[in-house]
Amino acid sequence: MLLRHTPKEITERKSLTINPVKTCQPIGAMYAALGIHGCMPHSHGSQGCCAYHRSTLTRHYREPIMAATSSFTEGASVFGGQANLVQAIDNIFTTYDPDLIAVHTTCLSETIGDDVNQIVDKAHKDGKVPAGKYVIHCSTPSYVGSHVTGFSNMVKAMAVQFAQKTGKTNGKFNIVPGYVEPSDMTEIKDMVKTLGIDPILFPDTSGILNGPLTGKYAMYPKGGVSVKELKSTGDSLGSIGLGTLASADAVRALDTQFKVPCQVLDLPIGLLATDRFINTLRTAAGVCVPDAITQDRGRLLDVISDMQSYLYGKKVALAGDPDQLIPLTEFLVTIGMKPVHIVTGTPGKAFTARIKEITARFGDDINVKGPGDMFTLHQWIKNEPVDLLIANTYGKYIARDEDIPYVRFGFPILDRVGHAYFPTVGYRGGIRLLEKILGVLMDRQDRDALEESFELVM
Amino acid sequence: MTGKRTHTVNPENIKKEILAKYPAKVARKRAKQITPVTEDSGDGLQVGANVRTVPGIITQRGCCYAGCKGVILGPTRDIVNLTHGPIGCGFYSWLTRRNQTRTASDQEDNFMTYCFSTDMQDEDIVFGGEKKLKAAIQEAYDLFKPKAISIFSTCPVGLIGDDVHAVAREMQEKLGISIFGFSCEGYRGVSQSAGHHIANNQIFKHVVGLDDSVMDAKFKINLLGEYNIGGDGFIIEELLNKCGIDVVSTFSGNSTFDQFANCHTADLNTVMCHRSINYVADMLEEKYGIPWIKINFIGAKATAKSLRKIAAYFEDQALIDRVEAVIAEEMAPVEARREEIKKRCQGKTAMLFVGGSRAHHYQELFREIGMTVISAGYEFAHRDDYEGRHVIPDIKVDADSRNIEELEIQKDEKRYAPRKTPEQLKALEESGVPFKAYDGMMPEMTKGSLVVDDISQFESQTLIQMYKPDIFCAGIKEKYAVQKHGIPMKQLHSYDVGGPYAVFTGAINFYEEIDRMLNANIWQYLEAPWQAAPELSATYAWE
Repeated sequence: MLLRHTPKEITERKSLTINPVKTCQPIGAMYAALGIHGCMPHSHGSQGCCAYHRSTLTRHYREPIMAATSSFTEGASVFGGQANLVQAIDNIFTTYDPDLIAVHTTCLSETIGDDVNQIVDKAHKDGKVPAGKYVIHCSTPSYVGSHVTGFSNMVKAMAVQFAQKTGKTNGKFNIVPGYVEPSDMTEIKDMVKTLGIDPILFPDTSGILNGPLTGKYAMYPKGGVSVKELKSTGDSLGSIGLGTLASADAVRALDTQFKVPCQVLDLPIGLLATDRFINTLRTAAGVCVPDAITQDRGRLLDVISDMQSYLYGKKVALAGDPDQLIPLTEFLVTIGMKPVHIVTGTPGKAFTARIKEITARFGDDINVKGPGDMFTLHQWIKNEPVDLLIANTYGKYIARDEDIPYVRFGFPILDRVGHAYFPTVGYRGGIRLLEKILGVLMDRQDRDALEESFELVM
Repeated sequence: MTGKRTHTVNPENIKKEILAKYPAKVARKRAKQITPVTEDSGDGLQVGANVRTVPGIITQRGCCYAGCKGVILGPTRDIVNLTHGPIGCGFYSWLTRRNQTRTASDQEDNFMTYCFSTDMQDEDIVFGGEKKLKAAIQEAYDLFKPKAISIFSTCPVGLIGDDVHAVAREMQEKLGISIFGFSCEGYRGVSQSAGHHIANNQIFKHVVGLDDSVMDAKFKINLLGEYNIGGDGFIIEELLNKCGIDVVSTFSGNSTFDQFANCHTADLNTVMCHRSINYVADMLEEKYGIPWIKINFIGAKATAKSLRKIAAYFEDQALIDRVEAVIAEEMAPVEARREEIKKRCQGKTAMLFVGGSRAHHYQELFREIGMTVISAGYEFAHRDDYEGRHVIPDIKVDADSRNIEELEIQKDEKRYAPRKTPEQLKALEESGVPFKAYDGMMPEMTKGSLVVDDISQFESQTLIQMYKPDIFCAGIKEKYAVQKHGIPMKQLHSYDVGGPYAVFTGAINFYEEIDRMLNANIWQYLEAPWQAAPELSATYAWE
């Protein structure tokens, strides 16, 4: 047993986190910054932060993840990181020639109180930022929120630090896709365009974190939202933010500062959340929904109805991020499953309230916790076993010990491929989620079947 | 990668090309860490090392915490390793290093699959985190009743002044188990190397010597600086056992608290990774009288040489004979496989930028299959790892090294027992078993090669474009950028998903892995047919 020390009996823990379902802000900021074309993310802290974030993102995407660091030493930690950051800005533009640098802070630079805004000003005054190049920045203390918070902070920074209002509309909609995979970003763009709407999607990691092998390395691959597009977000007709925690701050800031009206929706995962997404876009832009989208919806419904018997009443345990877990739980309920244990590491009261609302039909016997950890989730499972576990890669240890069918979903996925290429958002993404869930459930039925009841046709 | 592969590039020109790109100040600094080898051997050349990375220059390096928690204590299975800090550091160092461990049964402690953190929040940063740390230790104790708990400090801990050592003492007194802390904040030192040192010092101070029971074995050694990545430690120990040699303790692959506690009862220390552990070998000699030798179990010939050194040390003819028999038995299949694979790898070129010893050790394996190492360098080594231990007295102690504690070691009055007399040591040295000796990487670098310390992203890209190596070895952060060039990239930190590569059976694994990577079909298909011949010369079939 790999998690042999996890007892069934649950005791209260107030200070010790075991097997977290979250990580720290800066990695989210780095991921978001990679979704701008020609951008070099920069970590203002000690080297280790940047190395850890790059390693984790690299393992998750199997793609180059380039980012720089202020390489704090003890001296910089005592005297402040201004000299390091100004020098870094100079060196990055000279050596790596990006269009912009996106600086995020760390617990180190936050604790010593570095004022990044002032340091960037100084870099400009010292002539370290070449003409036509930019430095944007956001504050991402690791001791507040989670990686989702860091993503949100960087997305907000890229919007408000670039947006301009010329008074002339660009005829576009800002779409903030949330902390989702590059494949999901492509799918969201496709849906919006199919509706006849011209989007500015930011950030957009598609093409950057699922790039082709060509024999030529490009430090800044094709893809990403351009600085020009980001500047234009202040002239858009409206903004839609997907996922409250990851996207609301950015679209609300554009609303407040540039009077671009916004709506915040759940991530379009599953039937109903995608319905709301399409319906909102349709209403906001005043367009008709083309048949192609309605057909996709029908196909998802078709698969659900065909496979009901394998799904109905099956108990599910889930670990992940709130923006994903809310529509995912809703989807599981929609298809007849019973999510019984749901945990996120990201703090925020709204999460538990939403989950309880979605699972209200099951009464009060649902375990939901935010912030909680995977140790608690495992203990819940020991007390009330489930038929399916949906979690990131770390879920494999629970799945193995408890022998539970398991679908990898969320961040990070370090031991399988697919997430960068095949979306789980939208109606088509819903079919992929179903395929994955049915795959593991039916494999289990095959594995456990008696010889006489081993079915050819299922 | 398209274009002719060559290694007849002048390394001095490459150095110039690299430096030309940097701002003047950076160029001056980097110049000291880039050493072209223009004579037949790099012996005697200086390589600047263990100095600060320039901010903004994309580095391979990580931090002190990574070296302490991730590298040294990561592979110890029965200590509850508690990260005191915000969640990230604990999360990223959770199971990502492929240290394997093997317990005899489910009853034995193994906490390596768990991540323990105090998950500090803003109120802990403002009001101090000691209270939360104490409570977390209590909760860990109540849940697991471990024999030891260790505390790892992350950047903010040092800045806000939490005294993890005082908390450790207090909780040790209260709970009656071993509890110790590490001041391994990420900003200390200039790389992971500082963290190795801090980790090893604390293990030496708090654990080594706690258990005096002596293993019932004739030839007892410690294996220092072997981390059991991909199971290397397992097959090294199997081979040693086959020879009749027993391992008291490994620092720190597949290790336990009790092994550390007992390591002073061994009769010889063998050092694999010189960088991360040579000072522990020195301390064990000073305090307990155990001599140390440098060994290398990477490469079949190096393995044979290392086994012979160990056997010679014990001066026992039966052991010497048995070692020779084992070498003969193990070497035969290695040679057979090697000759077959060599045909496909001969003359190809490799670059190695990794670690504090592997960029040196793995050159053995490449040479065995006929390949040439055209450029190499370490990520976090010191000058002695390049130039040999004779330069240690010349190394300037700078501000960054000064704040890494050096322990003052005294002879242990009761337990100091020299394993050999000075005369015996001298005789052994004369017969070819040098003690406390390591010549470093430089003597093995050949003419035309380039040594680069703490290589940057821009520098590796330039080397790839100019030298066009057949294979490049580094870590996960470099892997896919290299492969986008169309050049296979082997991770030599984590071994990708491969290994073990140590000793004889591991050598075969490595030859086969390099054969697969160099000769895989995929690299031939980088161009689509329409890219290879874009002009439309044929007629349409349906015309």
